[in-house]
Amino acid sequence: MSGDGPYWLREHRGTLLAFAGFVVMFTIYATNHPAGLDANVATTAANKGVLLAIVAMAQTLVVLTSGIDLSVGAVMVLANCLASGIVIGSPLMSALGVIGVLLVGALCGAINALIVIFGRLQPIVVTIASGAVYYGAALALRPVPGGDVDTALADALTGQLPGGVPASLVVLLAVVAIVWLPFRRSVIGRAAYAVGSSEIAAYMSGVPIRRAKFVAYTLSGLLASMAGLFVTFITYTGEASAANASTYTLYSIAAVVLGGVSLFGGSGSAVGAIFGAFMFRTIGDLLFVFNVEPLWQPLFQGIVLAAAVCLGAARLLRVRNRLDLYG
Amino acid sequence: MAEAPSRREQNGRAAGSSSPGTRRRIDPAIAWAFGCIGLVLLVGSLYSSSFLSPQYLLQQLKVASFLGVIATGAMIVILLGQIDLSVPWVVAAGGMMATAATGWGPLGEILAIPVGIGCGVALGLISGVGVAFLRIPSMVVTLAMNAVAQGLMIVHTGGFSPQDASSPAMRVIATGDTILGIPNAVLVWAVVGVAAVFLLTRTTFGRTVYAIGNRERAAYLSGARTRLVVTAAFALAGGLSALGGVLLAGYASKAAQAMGDPYLLPAIAAVVLGGTSILGGRGSYLGTVAGVILITLLQSILSVMQMPEFGRHVTYGIVIIAMLLIYGRGRRYSE
Repeated sequence: MSGDGPYWLREHRGTLLAFAGFVVMFTIYATNHPAGLDANVATTAANKGVLLAIVAMAQTLVVLTSGIDLSVGAVMVLANCLASGIVIGSPLMSALGVIGVLLVGALCGAINALIVIFGRLQPIVVTIASGAVYYGAALALRPVPGGDVDTALADALTGQLPGGVPASLVVLLAVVAIVWLPFRRSVIGRAAYAVGSSEIAAYMSGVPIRRAKFVAYTLSGLLASMAGLFVTFITYTGEASAANASTYTLYSIAAVVLGGVSLFGGSGSAVGAIFGAFMFRTIGDLLFVFNVEPLWQPLFQGIVLAAAVCLGAARLLRVRNRLDLYG
Repeated sequence: MAEAPSRREQNGRAAGSSSPGTRRRIDPAIAWAFGCIGLVLLVGSLYSSSFLSPQYLLQQLKVASFLGVIATGAMIVILLGQIDLSVPWVVAAGGMMATAATGWGPLGEILAIPVGIGCGVALGLISGVGVAFLRIPSMVVTLAMNAVAQGLMIVHTGGFSPQDASSPAMRVIATGDTILGIPNAVLVWAVVGVAAVFLLTRTTFGRTVYAIGNRERAAYLSGARTRLVVTAAFALAGGLSALGGVLLAGYASKAAQAMGDPYLLPAIAAVVLGGTSILGGRGSYLGTVAGVILITLLQSILSVMQMPEFGRHVTYGIVIIAMLLIYGRGRRYSE
């Protein structure tokens, strides 16, 4: 990494820009916050940010293969409803419940993968339809909001560590270390990038296309269910909320784009998406800090989001040849 | 290997056999879609004989016409190989601005419908410029436009507390019936549909839309004014979404903020079930009509059968996947 700095910089430009954008925004936020940056403010901000960051990571894995997963929100809601029923009781029962929720999430992702790979259908359509099925399953589990969760576990993961560090940030680091880094460094991970860059070229080079897609979608489902668990830990209940499902799906796409991941596939990283998610959350908090009238907040949030996302995605700024525009 | 081929590969192959107007064979997708409509009606009639009554069918067509108008816009954008995720709030903006205009007085009542549609066209135009000139992926730009439209509407309702009741004209086009008991909403959809078929198959604009969907670079190199066409297509889609919103507001006699939310995914699903390729360049309006009717009937019959809400979502998703597995599959590399 040390010898080829310029290449490294170019490859990670999106991630670095997202990181810089987040740092700038968060500094403005923290220095202008009426109460200053105390541990409670940081914990609340971190919990909201980490939740979206995990959903954004789930979206990233699929987007890297030049697909799109419109069912991440539905899987998250399904995991939330399931967790509010089974993550309770003795520590052993809770642990088994967590594993059960994660397995269901991975299963949802695997079903998406199988339909995309063997059904030869477009991911966007498949995940629209499978999202409806997963949301239906969530409704079946929780027709009305309710349920309960292991409070000790929930508080441990959403509270503060000694020293005031938000525990959710440690959870996020663990997720990156356990899911993203091994994926990125494995042959399958490279294959996922190759598929996203050019599926034909990857096929011709004998890259394991099917395995790469299968792993990407399955891990995406797994991450989405982790986000669902986190929702349960924050709210202590399960709710089959259609609004949550569609909002988080759409926000995850915004976070991915802000994080410098190309929607055409093959470039970007989940770390970028995490900072994209943090940046997205900070935009909302900034408006709160600056006392923008609540009525105008959605409009300002929309405009800031539009500006950021469009700048990040405008290909006009990168083309060297006019014909490149029409690729 | 049985991988779905890349977008370029598939479109390149499809180009020769699918230009509009040259097709003589019946598209299998459309045949399947109409077959499924028959099947759904058959199952429904076994459940209750009133499913085949003209009143029920006309009522369903009326409900379908709202989705039909919105899906027409979605189809034009999908034919380009793009996608419009701004449907929910453009629909809401159309309905809310039309009712707001009604409150301006007698002149406003006359202008209500054009104002609503005009707002949709304006929003679509901005998305179109973003896609065509700034080359931002349509998914991103329309997502952002959805957020902006939502913000605008919240400021508008909260800050100016506009009227939310619809004008008499809006109610007439959405709920009345003038000729032979055919609901006016169905007539509106029919007019939109005939115009869309004419536009797509008989004009340079339509040919260019298909050409861009097949391969934008080739269309550009052949001298087609691709950027203008893309911009116009998005503006048209915005206008049609807003018209859908105007109709919905007339039907419910008031506009509401979340009125567009249930239309984004069904519109895309209807277009795709009708055989239009989500990659663009391939598809006919007849298929979209079939898809819209199929989705409306399916939703209606599941609710008449008193299937619990979760079952409706599950069935709805499974039916879409099952139908696409039958006729919507991509090609293998080896083909």
